[in-house]
Amino acid sequence: MIQSFFNPEIIVASWPIVRAGLLNTVLLSLLVVPLGLFGGLILALLASVKHPAVRWPLMAWVDFFRAFPPLVLLILLFAGLPFAGLELGGFVCVAIAFFLNTGAYYGEILRAGIDSVPGGQIEAARSTGLSRLQAMTSVVLPQAVRNVLPDLLSNTLEVVKLTALGSVVAVPELLYQARQAQSLTYNPTPIVVAAIIYFLMLWPAVRLLSRLENRAFAGP
Amino acid sequence: MNGPIVDARGLHKHFGALHVLRGVDLKVAERELVFVIGPSGSGKSTLLRCLNRLEEPSAGRVVVDGIDMLDPRTDINHARQRIGMVFQSFNLYPHMTALGNVTLALRKVAGKSRAEADALGRAALERVGLGDRAGHTPGQLSGGQQQRVAIARAIALEPRVMLFDEPTSALDPELVGSVLEVMRSLRESGMTMIVVSHEMGFARNAADRVVFMDEGAIVEEGPPAAIFAKPTHERTRAFISQIQRH
Repeated sequence: MIQSFFNPEIIVASWPIVRAGLLNTVLLSLLVVPLGLFGGLILALLASVKHPAVRWPLMAWVDFFRAFPPLVLLILLFAGLPFAGLELGGFVCVAIAFFLNTGAYYGEILRAGIDSVPGGQIEAARSTGLSRLQAMTSVVLPQAVRNVLPDLLSNTLEVVKLTALGSVVAVPELLYQARQAQSLTYNPTPIVVAAIIYFLMLWPAVRLLSRLENRAFAGP
Repeated sequence: MNGPIVDARGLHKHFGALHVLRGVDLKVAERELVFVIGPSGSGKSTLLRCLNRLEEPSAGRVVVDGIDMLDPRTDINHARQRIGMVFQSFNLYPHMTALGNVTLALRKVAGKSRAEADALGRAALERVGLGDRAGHTPGQLSGGQQQRVAIARAIALEPRVMLFDEPTSALDPELVGSVLEVMRSLRESGMTMIVVSHEMGFARNAADRVVFMDEGAIVEEGPPAAIFAKPTHERTRAFISQIQRH
């Protein structure tokens, strides 16, 4: 059992490959989380514009990318775009797919956060001469983010887990590298190692999330 | 003789089918304290909010300190610095300290450095008697103290006129006095003020003029003694006797 699932020799032998994957997963997360947050922020700010010419397309956009499976989106970008003469490579495809998909989720969370800030806050800021954008960035957003911090963190956990999708388009992240190691060694041990690494990486965040959520239930 | 600081003419405001302001004219001279009274829903707050364009009037003209507030070419953010506003629910920024609340616009709009803004902010807090509370967040302050910070936030920008929208209505009775005291000292320093409030005692001894509004229009106005002692309109009489019964 241990020989096939947690073989020490194979752990040592495959470690450089798995380690490279871990590094790439971290880098990928550091890229796609801010990218998704940025996309979400734009969507959330646009959502405060009540004009129908903004509102309807925005709603369609968010609905579409929340309903569209990210794996399908990714494969479509990776396998479909070359037919349109655009060969982007796995890494860029992952970045675009996450920007679209997770941006829509982050956008909905941030919009809920912005909605949770009383209108009097904007009015007070505007009455002292702050522009709409200044009121948003200095007064509303800090409160909005604080109000939805557990949801933002929860979504971020999902995003980090979803980076494993990159393996489908040959981005050498943790899962992809572990599978490479598995096929080189004819042993599933590297996959087990990858699973443990994912768990160790995300578990502290899960703990933190539970604490934030408990605090939210306990009130201010 | 200077012209009025606030000159509003023919103001109308519709909220959908609701006609909230029905042709209001209001002129306020420099250093004048005008008190606006009237039943709830009479349009008092809407009138105030039209003066700094938090509410867009449906028709009419508003000139404050020589600036046409409704002209699309007017830099509204610049113009609003001259018009301080105090809200019923304080609307302090809960994620900032008292000093942070007071200095935000000084830094972002008036373009002061942090050091300058802090000095001006502390002076403003000093004026409302809260110099020792600069580092407190709104959650750590009483309602009366929060409203005084809100007043400091407005006066720090050195406005030409201050609008008070029911500044004491959300306060426990024992906290009202401290806010009125700050308003009184502001008045003594020569600030032009327009106050929407139910504090009739304050109106009686601090106001230069009392304006009675009902159903979106000014019914009558005059010195407080005259309005309170012998109102000429039946509606004014009814409102004042109702208020005084409490």
